[in-house]
Amino acid sequence: MKLDIATPDRLLVSTEIDSVEIPGKAGYLGILPQHAPLISELAPGTIEYKHGGSTEKLAVSWGYVEVLPQQVSVLAETAEKAAEIDVPRAEAAKKRAEERIRSGAKDVDLERCMASLERAVARLQTAKS
Amino acid sequence: MPSLIDLRRRIRSVKNTQQITKAMKMMSAARLRRAQERVISARPYATLMRQFLTRLVSALEASGAMDPQSEEPLHPLLVKRPVKKMLVVVLGGDKGLAGAFNANVHKAALNFLRDYEAKQIDMITVGRKPRDFFRRRRDLVGDWADIFAKVKYDDARAIAKEIIKRYVEGDADEVHLIYNEFRSVLVQRLTIERLLPIEAPREEKKDEKKDPNAQPVEYIFEQPPKELLASLLPRYVEVQVFRALLESSAAEHAARMTAMDAASKNASEMIDRLTLNMNRIRQASITREIIEIVSGAAALE
Repeated sequence: MKLDIATPDRLLVSTEIDSVEIPGKAGYLGILPQHAPLISELAPGTIEYKHGGSTEKLAVSWGYVEVLPQQVSVLAETAEKAAEIDVPRAEAAKKRAEERIRSGAKDVDLERCMASLERAVARLQTAKS
Repeated sequence: MPSLIDLRRRIRSVKNTQQITKAMKMMSAARLRRAQERVISARPYATLMRQFLTRLVSALEASGAMDPQSEEPLHPLLVKRPVKKMLVVVLGGDKGLAGAFNANVHKAALNFLRDYEAKQIDMITVGRKPRDFFRRRRDLVGDWADIFAKVKYDDARAIAKEIIKRYVEGDADEVHLIYNEFRSVLVQRLTIERLLPIEAPREEKKDEKKDPNAQPVEYIFEQPPKELLASLLPRYVEVQVFRALLESSAAEHAARMTAMDAASKNASEMIDRLTLNMNRIRQASITREIIEIVSGAAALE
């Protein structure tokens, strides 16, 4: 099965894989070859794919996934391999978002803060696991 | 016959020009490298998205592309109407001196206008050159200039917004892009691309038996298709416009580099020719002077 992961500014992964786990908006999707065609939006989280004995992890923020029997295409808004994640930056973003949500000030766009918190958490989880 | 001083002056001026063309060539080469990297890394996403959407649209069309509850089209960008009004987006450069780069775009756009004379065609230009060229000939419904110094996604978003608005409101039944595609440093391919409506894969692909596009895929939708399309379709338009901007910008730098390289070479040749000419004239005058002296001396004997 082939996996392509692309963001608007680069192609991150284009490789043969054995299985992949993808953070769909309605929950994580485990995908093996010969999966029925499926389309989903992505939620912030970790994509994990196995090839041979090795496992690779990527953090994604948002986007789409298309599953075909022999092909999985991920169109992500942003995606970083676990090793590329800027942990201090993600931690700072998480802290900032948490503080803003807690402050409860009127000018806080709660939805945006939640989204940014989710992205930061997804990055941190990917980097640490 | 030009005098020695005239020739010297001429050579100096050609040398000055050559210095400028050389500098421009180097600058284009540096910019080209950056633009090339950007376009090459942006292509996979745009291609994947296009394939994905094409399959999705043909799957939806197989089921009518209608919302089962409200009996309305799933998304205004999927509506297909008989083509009466067209919108053409012409992408060129902000600056000249890039060989036939801008001329090719203008020519293709003029041909396009002639081919579809019967339709009402609106035009949007991107880049200063196509704007200046077409603004005298017809009304432009939109123009973006001076964005190629640094191509930003926000520009693509703004252009896409205008395109979507016109399509949704029925001011355009078909949208085409005309731009130079970057093939290699030496080759730019002029491309006319239909952006909207989104095309379902054509029948002519039938002979490729392995093609998974041959028949509509029956997808499982994790989210209702309507929700998915609401964010996916505008994004698709943005991404395609963005890619076209990057292609055009890389192609422009490549064209300018090639043109300036040719100009520098021509200048070298010209300098060589002029120098030869100058030496000949100098030699001739020396010979003449010697003859004068010798014959003067001979006359005295």
